Amino acid sequence: MKVIVDQNKCVASGQCVLSAPEVFDQRAEDGIVVLRAETPPEGLADDVRQAVALCPAQAIWVEEQEDEQ
Amino acid sequence: MKRIVIVGASAAGLTAAETLRRRGWDGRLTLIGEESRPPYDRPPLSKQILTGAWGPERATLRSLPDLARLRADLRLGQRAVALDVPGRRVRLGGGESIGFDALVIATGVAPRRLPDSDLAGVHVLRSLDDAIALRAALRAGPRVVVVGAGFLGTEVAAAARAMGLDVTVAEPEPVPVRRPFGDRIGALVAALHRDHGTRLRCGVPVRRLRGAGGRVTGVEFGDGTTLPADIVVLALGARPATVWLEGSGLRLGDGVGCDANCQAAPGIYAAGDVASWPNAHFGTRMRLEHRMNATEQAMAAAGNLLGDVTPFAPVPYFWTDQYDTRIQAYGIFPPDAEMRIVHGDPSDSHFAAAYGHHGRVVGVLGWNAPRQVRTLRRLVVDRAPWTTFAAIPALSPATVN
Repeated sequence: MKVIVDQNKCVASGQCVLSAPEVFDQRAEDGIVVLRAETPPEGLADDVRQAVALCPAQAIWVEEQEDEQ
Repeated sequence: MKRIVIVGASAAGLTAAETLRRRGWDGRLTLIGEESRPPYDRPPLSKQILTGAWGPERATLRSLPDLARLRADLRLGQRAVALDVPGRRVRLGGGESIGFDALVIATGVAPRRLPDSDLAGVHVLRSLDDAIALRAALRAGPRVVVVGAGFLGTEVAAAARAMGLDVTVAEPEPVPVRRPFGDRIGALVAALHRDHGTRLRCGVPVRRLRGAGGRVTGVEFGDGTTLPADIVVLALGARPATVWLEGSGLRLGDGVGCDANCQAAPGIYAAGDVASWPNAHFGTRMRLEHRMNATEQAMAAAGNLLGDVTPFAPVPYFWTDQYDTRIQAYGIFPPDAEMRIVHGDPSDSHFAAAYGHHGRVVGVLGWNAPRQVRTLRRLVVDRAPWTTFAAIPALSPATVN
């Protein structure tokens, strides 16, 4: 799984950090998303999908690897 | 169960459809939307779309391939006009009747208006078409009066002011956003607007719109004074879109009355702005017009439709962006709550506040403090005792970071 974030769409809600703190963080100054792990381990995939679904700004995508599809 | 119908194709309806598929529903799925546009996101309408920072297409929620992957019978531009609960059918405006085994109601809300709202130059802002029309009107450089200083009204005012326009916000309450946040935050929002050159006319109700030749010319206040305007934006709140459900037998009070699992009747669920339900976390019935709730409640309702028995008991999250300020909130903010500044200082435009009610922390608010408010959220989730803050008057930044 590859994670992509759009910092221009991000509204700093922090929902992604609540869902997957190992993968996402927020910039100290304005709370905008920072990616901690671009290709997180499979064990975190459900948390990342939860972050994608909950993001109120539609600012997170994942590209699933072929073997997962 | 063979067919699930979802009425409403905005954030909640779309999320319900996606959740059903993700959870393995492989049967027929029909998504009915009144607007002909594919599902789009509403928070940018009063912000980036209005200022022109984004083109309208950027508010689109899903690409056409993503929508196709839903394998849903997508009925856009079609309005549901009646629901037959015992017969398990939804009737559409064109006369067609669609049967269902389970139903999700996600029809949202419709903006309130004033008499004479049909005058040219009078706008509401709910749909993307509304935003495009208002954007076009604002580009002509009008004098703008915004009626209503809730989140929508104050965001529209900020966007219009950012375009360099002459803007006044009219609000019967003494300060903006008083109902959600109380007087103290309201006074700070008022100061924020004044600092940016937006005028506020608070404490006096609007009596009526004035017009000439079919076009709005101004706003008349309860004290007899008038304010000239080329454009009037009505931001008076919204009513749940339940007219189509009248006579269905569903409980309609403030929206569609649901149980704790978002169920309105056997096999019939509601989600998003239109749904009211008892939130067990706070022990109170609520109906939320928040973007985040549309997603969370649709996920919960879809899960319960498929057999979960999970009460929907979230800590609500909402936010507003005005000028360069972002206000974010978790929880509820009852009018009789106590409030304390628990981080930072309002004079620095960076702080967080906590709200206490019946001895518990029920809400936290961040003013340009996204990380702090996210951390403080835990106190609302844990129903922390309000004495947490009595013993420690103010948390240090190091503590909440």
